[in-house]
Amino acid sequence: MKLQEHAIKEIKEIVAQFINEPTPLMMILSAVQTKFGYIPMEAQELISEETGISVAEIYGVVTFYSFFSLKPKGKYIIGVCLGTACYVKNSQQVIDKFCQLLGIQPGETTADGMFTIDALRCIGACALAPAVRVNEKVYPQVRVEDVEKIIDACEKMEAEKNEKGN
Amino acid sequence: MKKVTNPEMLMVAHAAFKKQLDDKFNSKTGKRAIVICGGTGCLSSDSTVLKERFEKVLKDKGLDGIISVNMVGCFGFCSQGPFVKVYPEDTLYRKVKVSDVEKIIEEDFINHGIVEDLLYVDPITHEKIKKMEDINFYKKQKRIALYGCSVIDPENIEEAIGYGSFQALDKALHMDRQEVINMILDSGLRGRGGGGFPTGRKWQFAYNQESDEKYVVCNGDEGDPGAFMDRSILEGNPLSVIEGMMIAGYAIGAKEGYFYVRAEYPVAVNRLNIAIKQAREVGLLGNNILGTDFCFDVHLRLGAGAFVCGEETALLNSIEGQRGMPRPRPPFPAVKGLWGKPTIVNNVETLACVPYIVREGVEAFTKYGTEKSKGTKVFALGGKVNNVGLVEIPMGTTIRELVYDIAGGIPGNKNFKAIQTGGPSGGCLTEEHLDTPIDFDNLVALGSMMGSGGAIVMDEDNCMVDVAKFYMEFICDESCGKCTPCRIGTKRILEILTKITNGEGELSDLDRLEELAEVTKNGSLCALGQTAANPIISTLKRFRDEYVEHIVNKTCPAHVCKNLISYHVDPDLCKKCSKCARNCPVNCITGVPGKETYKIDTTACVRCGTCLSACPFHAIYKK
Ligand SMILES: Cc1cc2nc3c(=O)[nH]c(=O)nc-3n(C[C@H](O)[C@H](O)[C@H](O)COP(=O)(O)O)c2cc1C
Ligand code: SF4
Ligand code: SF4
Ligand code: SF4
Ligand code: FES
Ligand code: FES
Repeated sequence: MKLQEHAIKEIKEIVAQFINEPTPLMMILSAVQTKFGYIPMEAQELISEETGISVAEIYGVVTFYSFFSLKPKGKYIIGVCLGTACYVKNSQQVIDKFCQLLGIQPGETTADGMFTIDALRCIGACALAPAVRVNEKVYPQVRVEDVEKIIDACEKMEAEKNEKGN
Repeated sequence: MKKVTNPEMLMVAHAAFKKQLDDKFNSKTGKRAIVICGGTGCLSSDSTVLKERFEKVLKDKGLDGIISVNMVGCFGFCSQGPFVKVYPEDTLYRKVKVSDVEKIIEEDFINHGIVEDLLYVDPITHEKIKKMEDINFYKKQKRIALYGCSVIDPENIEEAIGYGSFQALDKALHMDRQEVINMILDSGLRGRGGGGFPTGRKWQFAYNQESDEKYVVCNGDEGDPGAFMDRSILEGNPLSVIEGMMIAGYAIGAKEGYFYVRAEYPVAVNRLNIAIKQAREVGLLGNNILGTDFCFDVHLRLGAGAFVCGEETALLNSIEGQRGMPRPRPPFPAVKGLWGKPTIVNNVETLACVPYIVREGVEAFTKYGTEKSKGTKVFALGGKVNNVGLVEIPMGTTIRELVYDIAGGIPGNKNFKAIQTGGPSGGCLTEEHLDTPIDFDNLVALGSMMGSGGAIVMDEDNCMVDVAKFYMEFICDESCGKCTPCRIGTKRILEILTKITNGEGELSDLDRLEELAEVTKNGSLCALGQTAANPIISTLKRFRDEYVEHIVNKTCPAHVCKNLISYHVDPDLCKKCSKCARNCPVNCITGVPGKETYKIDTTACVRCGTCLSACPFHAIYKK
């Protein structure tokens, strides 16, 4: 895979924005992760060229922190909170159900690139436990029987988007 | 707002903005104000949309000139959110939905009434309560670290200054640096990030170091999953933490501070950025602050999701752009910290207490608390309690008061089983400890710890072996792998716990667990490994019979561990509706609609629980 022109430009811009900070690497990586949803090897090589930090060091940092991802994620990132407050209210069963229905494990993406399931540690909605976050939207007090509805809602949203697009 | 470059200007600004706030909260001129909870909890329930709706409807009705709307930080009582508070009447509406906005404007603002059905209802007396301070949840609380949260607009430095921000800094800058440290020593303030180390002593170490460069670091990593004290402070009154950091900087002789905040806290990060920018604009961060020689600026660094980065030396590595692995101590950060320079690392809540102590005086702080733990502590109460949320209580409050008076007890008349404090590094306390006054030393004596303030309540439906396994999974994920006892020890412990919860455990496993706990505790470099086994040790001690049930009788008394339960239909309750059978993913439920009672083939059942929640007649049970 090769980086596209616009991606190269944007990554260079991000690097330029932080390069004068005392230790820019984490900030650059956070910005790239937020912008593109993942940090592929090619992007790491580019960051290395631009900053002079070795690829090995960058790779070490990327793989150490769970916020950074090497692989692209699905269009709908289903984050099931497995923080303590959610766990004691059965969020394990909720994530199991997502996995069962989508046929993937936490951290994986469906073959069609639609869904990624992430196990999260507290998304700050403990009062709404167990909480599930799909992209920006938080679903409160999710029960096992709500899981299918959440997936349906995403599929419906996607279908509507495609219709508008055509 | 104009620049504030000397104490007189601060005085003038404070007086002017204080008046502005008074007008807002106690207006006698007919002007009114709406504040809406903008904490992460309520934002998840769409409180931004709520705000937009209020603004729109007010504008449409031509009321926007006399009724202001803004967001504030967490009210604490998150399970009743989103909150809308109306001034000057002080009416608190809870669980407000977008569709309620017109009703509030109509009935409250136009007809000067109260929307009764949006008031909090006391669950016991069924009385409708109008004011926040009359709700039981708030009665035993005292806001010191949370000063200003849910009152002031966290994105508006004017309100913060009107509410007292920078008064403490001004006072400190007129004191000798050693005097400031003495004040913190006298207050008895201990670190709120977990260890409870005396803050004044830490500052003294750093003060004593000769160096032209020193740093203050604020630890906002808040890794305990399910704890959100620090986040709420940063979201509700970020300037209080910045001010605390500046006072620390002045005291030890540092010119720069670093905030380390989790990237998963976008709202806190954003408000902190705004506060930093506003403080710089008015000259309260930068050179020659308030006309003195004191220069100070702050930077913000984001954590990227590694629990171990909350450990202070790992955090310093992370700020330096490396993998967040702990360094051996000594040397302690106060001697050799960020870039090898003397550094103090303090928790968000610790720093938030500092302006309060300096501004209001040592007495105002030490009048709360126990002999060795002064002041208050913020807890994030979660799990099986009616009132999930954020509370700040005087040290010495008992666990019973916390769980029953403040948190409103356990939902559904279930029995209290345990409370875990200290997160994955802590332990569980049971019924017999309910009357223990909460402070640093009492909790440690009982094999738990204060930790950063997570408090998770469990009821009879929680399996303690499963909970122990949950914490161990977390620790295994988060161990940085630097030392073998932590990396391997925690894995072995997890394997044994998995074996037990799968029904394959043997009694000798319990001895193995105890051995492994000991090795992991003694052979680890940082406190993550050293405390990793605490949840195991405390559950083994207090719930040993539950472990034994799993091992000997192959049952899970709380019906949680999947491999040890089975699902059954109660023939007396089954109405033969067939819903369960239609929902079962493996088609292992048979029967004839309306004719024949349904029955589960337990050998084919994959124990997914779908039928249990699907049955409209509660005819399905776990055994
Ligand atoms: C694994 C681990 C995680 C920690 N996480 C945090 C944290 O999230 N926030 C925090 O303030 N302190 C955390 N600490 C404690 C810090 O190392 C340090 O003691 C604290 O930030 C000092 O500040 P204080 O004295 O104001 O409490 C953690 C310690 C360990 C060993
Ligand atoms: S105890 Fe665990 S987390 Fe701490 S340094 Fe060792 S391996 Fe890393
Ligand atoms: S628990 Fe799941 S698999 Fe078992 S009978 Fe019920 S629905 Fe079917
Ligand atoms: S859903 Fe309940 S009532 Fe209906 S057939 Fe199944 S067990 Fe019987
Ligand atoms: S533990 Fe799930 S939102 Fe906090
Ligand atoms: S976030 Fe609104 S009350 Fe806590």
